[in-house]
Amino acid sequence: MAAPISAQIRPMKTSAELALAETFAAARTALPGGPDVAAQRAAAFGTFADAGLPHRRVEAWRYTDLRALMREARPLAAPPDAEAKARAATAGAMLAGHGFRRLVLVNGAFVPELSDLAGLEAGLSIRSMADALTNGDALTARLGQTVESQDAVLALNTALMGDGVVLQVAAGTVIERPVELVFVTTEATPVSMFTRSLVVVEDGASLTLIESHEGPSGVAYQVNTALELVVGAGANVERVKITAEGSDAVHLATVLARVDATATFANTFFTTGGLVVRNQLLAHLAGEAIHARMNGVSLLSGKQHADTLLSVDHAGPAGESRESFRAVLDGAAQDIFQGKIAVRKQAQKTDARMLSRALLLTETAEACNKPELEIFADDVQCGHGCTTGTLDQQLRFYLMSRGIPAKEAEALLIQAFVGEVLDAIGNEGVRTALTDATQAWLLGRE
Amino acid sequence: MAPLLEIKDLHAEISGGRKIIDGMNLTINPGEIHAIMGPNGAGKSTLSYVLSGKPGYEITGGEVIFRGVNLLELSPDERAAQGLFLCFQYPLEIPGVSNMAFLHTAVNSQRRKRGEVELTSPELVRKVRELGQTLGINAEMLKRPVNVGFSGGEKKRNETLQMMLLEPYLCVLDEADSGLDIDALKVVSNGVNALRSPERSMLVITHYQRLLDYIVPDVVHVFAAGRIVHTGGKELALELEATGYAQYQNEAA
Repeated sequence: MAAPISAQIRPMKTSAELALAETFAAARTALPGGPDVAAQRAAAFGTFADAGLPHRRVEAWRYTDLRALMREARPLAAPPDAEAKARAATAGAMLAGHGFRRLVLVNGAFVPELSDLAGLEAGLSIRSMADALTNGDALTARLGQTVESQDAVLALNTALMGDGVVLQVAAGTVIERPVELVFVTTEATPVSMFTRSLVVVEDGASLTLIESHEGPSGVAYQVNTALELVVGAGANVERVKITAEGSDAVHLATVLARVDATATFANTFFTTGGLVVRNQLLAHLAGEAIHARMNGVSLLSGKQHADTLLSVDHAGPAGESRESFRAVLDGAAQDIFQGKIAVRKQAQKTDARMLSRALLLTETAEACNKPELEIFADDVQCGHGCTTGTLDQQLRFYLMSRGIPAKEAEALLIQAFVGEVLDAIGNEGVRTALTDATQAWLLGRE
Repeated sequence: MAPLLEIKDLHAEISGGRKIIDGMNLTINPGEIHAIMGPNGAGKSTLSYVLSGKPGYEITGGEVIFRGVNLLELSPDERAAQGLFLCFQYPLEIPGVSNMAFLHTAVNSQRRKRGEVELTSPELVRKVRELGQTLGINAEMLKRPVNVGFSGGEKKRNETLQMMLLEPYLCVLDEADSGLDIDALKVVSNGVNALRSPERSMLVITHYQRLLDYIVPDVVHVFAAGRIVHTGGKELALELEATGYAQYQNEAA
């Protein structure tokens, strides 16, 4: 009998894909949530299974071929035991001492006893995602509704999401004290974590949200984390995400942000750790007169590979967005920036500017920049630019001629290069901490 | 008295390129002001770069002894710590690095290298402000990134400020008057003259006599085709103004 002509051509399953299918089959009944959530998980896993791990022929993943970079899928991390929690107690040192409200997730699970839940401000509510899914929470109905995406890595997150944080700021509430989500991996054997968080900042409310990710070096653990962020009309949200994973980690992160009219939204990525890092930010600027700033700094060395995918969707009129990215690349590191600004037909008077700049410190480092503009409105100002270059030798000589040693001269110039982005961060403590972290990275350079 | 600087039979070329310094000799004693004059393209600026250690030049012969050490073996920052200062013809702009932070790093890098106590921030700020006042450099200019948005005159005043702050033994002034109007020239010259002392020497590179009305040299050299071809007193500068360099270019050729 001849093969049916409707047969779909499916890519061969890789061992990692097969392992993920086994993981899902084994874990699905134990994962948190009722029948609705289970159905959502099954559908999401179907989306993933159809697409498989992203590879070079998927345009959004062109430079980060997960089939090649993720040969194995690690087993799901067990809930943290007392020992793991003890090891996690020192996590988040980079931003310690600033008095931020810390919420700690160990091996993908929210740990209340390590978190600062005392004296919650009126209008601020926090609970764990596992709790919200298991016991029901009106907010979880929003999961998957923030921004439409068929991304396979996000689908995998939806299928396997275990825990995370559900945070809400009531309308008109200004939360002065920044909230920091500390994600820490403590296991010495390679495990995988799928965390999903949902942050809803209602109309006119204000929040500074910091997220940091760290774990042991030399362990090939895998993190797939996603955040859905709703920024209500007139709200003000500043988010800073620090990726400081261990040397062998694979870190895949998705942010889906929906921003309503006249809101202000700022997002800064700061990436220093991890072997393979993917940060994807899909921002849907739904209303009019939104101010958005989406920036990033990557400091990479060795064989690190970091890929930032940015999609800014101007759907309302008179919005303004600024995207500014800086990569400093040492060793044989690779940085990828793919940034797309879309301006819909109704989004007249949009003013959007994107600039990505890479600084190569060696001949083996590599930077890829792929800016895209897609404009359907006829009265807009949009621009993009990208540069890739080495340190300016004239400036280096000028500094050295004043007595500044080569390494310090380079550090001054690199700090200045990165400073253009870090200086835009509103919270002074975070700004200082990241400037210090940059200095530490520079001094650690061979 | 040991000379401050001795250049002996120096030969230098642009890396992979043509020869620029061709058998140059020069001795500068402490406290002396030497002017080097010569036509465009004679290699005057190259001399300043070779002395300060700019990459891209190759020394093919000779030596330079500065305060008893072989200058050519030192990196640019080590030369600076040893007491050499190059006042740039075209000072560079450094976006993102504040003028005050730059001065602080420079001063303390040199002090550290020499094993001296580093200056605290308040000490340095006070010193910089005092010197800045004599040069018409206000607090606003000190806060701004180095030379960014400065006029030509402001940049040169900023160079002079660095020189006064770093207190070098030898100041090499490369076309210090270019881009300056008469008023700015006076401010810069006053700064330079304030630095004159029995221990400190100057090497003033210029192709106009004008600057030497303000910074009066002890010795004037004519530099052509990569070496010194004639030496005289300060009156030589006036003669050159009248006769030009042509006769010396023939002499060199």
